[in-house]
Amino acid sequence: MIKTTDLIQISSLNFSYGESEIFQNLDVGFSAGKVTAIMGGSGSGKTTILKLIGGQVRPQKGRVICNSKVVNHMKHNELFAHRKTIGMLFQFGALFTDLNVFENVAFPLREQTALPDAAIKDLVLLKLHAVGLRGASRLMPAELSGGMARRVALARAIALDPSLMLYDEPFTGLDPISTAITGNLIRTLNDTLGITSVFVTHDIKASFKVADEVVLLSRGCVTARGKPEDLMESTDPLVQQFVNGEVDGPVPFHVRSRSYREDLALEQSENIK
Amino acid sequence: MTLFKTMLSKLGRKTIDSLWTLGVASTFIFRVIARSSIVIRRPNLLVAEMHFAGVLSLVIIIVSGLFVGLVLGLQGYETLKRYGSTGAVGTLVALSLVRELGPVVSALLFASRAGSAITAEIGIMKTTEQLSAMEMMAVDPYARVIAPMFWGGVLSMPLLAAIFSAMGIIGGYLITVVVIGVDSGAFWSQMQASVDFHHDILNGVIKSVVFGAAVSAISVYEGYASVPTAEGVSKAVTRTVVTSALAVLALDFVLTAFMFTGAH
Amino acid sequence: MERSVIDLWVGIFVALGIAALLFLALKAGNVDSIIKSEGYLVSAEFDNIGGLKAKAPVKSAGVIVGRVDNVSFSNQSLRAVVKLNLDKQFQFPKDSSASILTSGLLGDQFVGIDPGGALENLQDGDRVRITQSAIVLEKVIGQFLYGKMSEKNGD
Repeated sequence: MIKTTDLIQISSLNFSYGESEIFQNLDVGFSAGKVTAIMGGSGSGKTTILKLIGGQVRPQKGRVICNSKVVNHMKHNELFAHRKTIGMLFQFGALFTDLNVFENVAFPLREQTALPDAAIKDLVLLKLHAVGLRGASRLMPAELSGGMARRVALARAIALDPSLMLYDEPFTGLDPISTAITGNLIRTLNDTLGITSVFVTHDIKASFKVADEVVLLSRGCVTARGKPEDLMESTDPLVQQFVNGEVDGPVPFHVRSRSYREDLALEQSENIK
Repeated sequence: MTLFKTMLSKLGRKTIDSLWTLGVASTFIFRVIARSSIVIRRPNLLVAEMHFAGVLSLVIIIVSGLFVGLVLGLQGYETLKRYGSTGAVGTLVALSLVRELGPVVSALLFASRAGSAITAEIGIMKTTEQLSAMEMMAVDPYARVIAPMFWGGVLSMPLLAAIFSAMGIIGGYLITVVVIGVDSGAFWSQMQASVDFHHDILNGVIKSVVFGAAVSAISVYEGYASVPTAEGVSKAVTRTVVTSALAVLALDFVLTAFMFTGAH
Repeated sequence: MERSVIDLWVGIFVALGIAALLFLALKAGNVDSIIKSEGYLVSAEFDNIGGLKAKAPVKSAGVIVGRVDNVSFSNQSLRAVVKLNLDKQFQFPKDSSASILTSGLLGDQFVGIDPGGALENLQDGDRVRITQSAIVLEKVIGQFLYGKMSEKNGD
């Protein structure tokens, strides 16, 4: 399911973490300039895709192409250059605990540019203003709530004006207000900065409100790719179960086991495990 | 019989695992050292880590050094009294500290205080994805975080060992000369006559540098290789302290055999 | 913590460390052994050097005037050859004698130099002619016992 308008293309990809196979012959792409949501059950490899795009992990087979460059073949310097164009928001913010909010956002600027302090100060305040936390610049990460920490992390992620934003479970664990704020920020940033955004989530309501496109993963391959409305109307039972939050369906409720009667010792069976 | 076989195979498995870990750890340390040029380009990072490892260990080193010196002086006096050579207590305290106790005990204390802190810090950074975040910002965590911590430890250790030995000698002086009444002149002059700068003090410094490298390497590796959970970090900290202690004692034997036996 | 406070503390720490090292080196250690003053080498041959080692002190009138440089065995004379590194400020006549003595009763061994009366002094590369070997305790005890036994037998 790769389109020519895709900024990111993953083709024929095999990936396993040690013994467990996550992806087999995966083909998926992400449209340039749009907000795409990657959804799927736990362990379906959603976060792994983000890591593949960022070059943090390499596939056993296949290619990850971003902006016409093959990420998993990149050498050290190329990878560094590639990462400077990406901003990533981690699930719980991953703020540096020994630096305050201001210094956290300033970190990429200090490390990657030779800008004078005055310029850095202006840029940091600009980014913090964009996420609504200019007043919190002197606080330490430990003093922030979960939602605020993630917003600071977002400000830090856009500090170098990336062309691609990756979000790892941005809505998980947030209250409704913070969820709405986060969704709003993802959308606004994408549109005003003209970038591409990809986020991983479980939250159907929040993501469908924000995303242009949704990619649904299940059992290591793409089950569906399309606009949120299209998924809502899909007749595929896997999609239906996920979108409607059904308890049982193609993804079964009961884990594989012996029959109930056997377990209760009402029946003997040859297959004693 | 099968029980015996399982035990043997477990032992074999453990040995192979240990060797494998040693290999991985060595590769890791080489990589850290390779990326260490940043320490010269940005000494601020090194200074911050020397504060973290060294300055914050000062209190325990000074206090422990003092107590060890007090005990050495006391025990030494009691033993030498029987041979009528209490004047040699200065020599005894100084040589014991400078050659052995200074480098070894301060290395053990360093491992428990600074080594565990380093492992915990790196482990927590790994668990909360701070290291990943740094990677994704195109900043190399090896250079930015790990190398300064390693070198901060290596540079702090000899200083701490020297402070420990000095405090120990002062402690020995306090208990024997000031409290018990051994002759101050005998204390210092006998000490000066028998402590050789090259043979004793310099070798002690070399020991503490080697111990510093070992403890820092172990601390930094365990932190980096820790399982990214709270339990994983706490296990890594325990491993740091235990492995460091064993390494220090083993290296002490090797170095002592080289330096202080009739090899001259 | 503010950057400058950290710098201050690390500065204090390093200063303390260096102070401790200096204290150890100067107060506790042997200052002479740090500064290697100019020396000249003389050799001396002994029948038995006992437990004499390199770096052992060379004393004259009880004062350290040098160090033993190295100890070896001569295939020609089949005796031990000891090279002494004497401090240049101390000059000894050519007919001085060297003996291997023990400090205290059971202490380390050192070389003692008794000055002679010649007009010329020992130069670099000279040999000390008159030497006295170490007293090997077992031989002394052996002699004593032998002496005692022959006394008995003689009666």
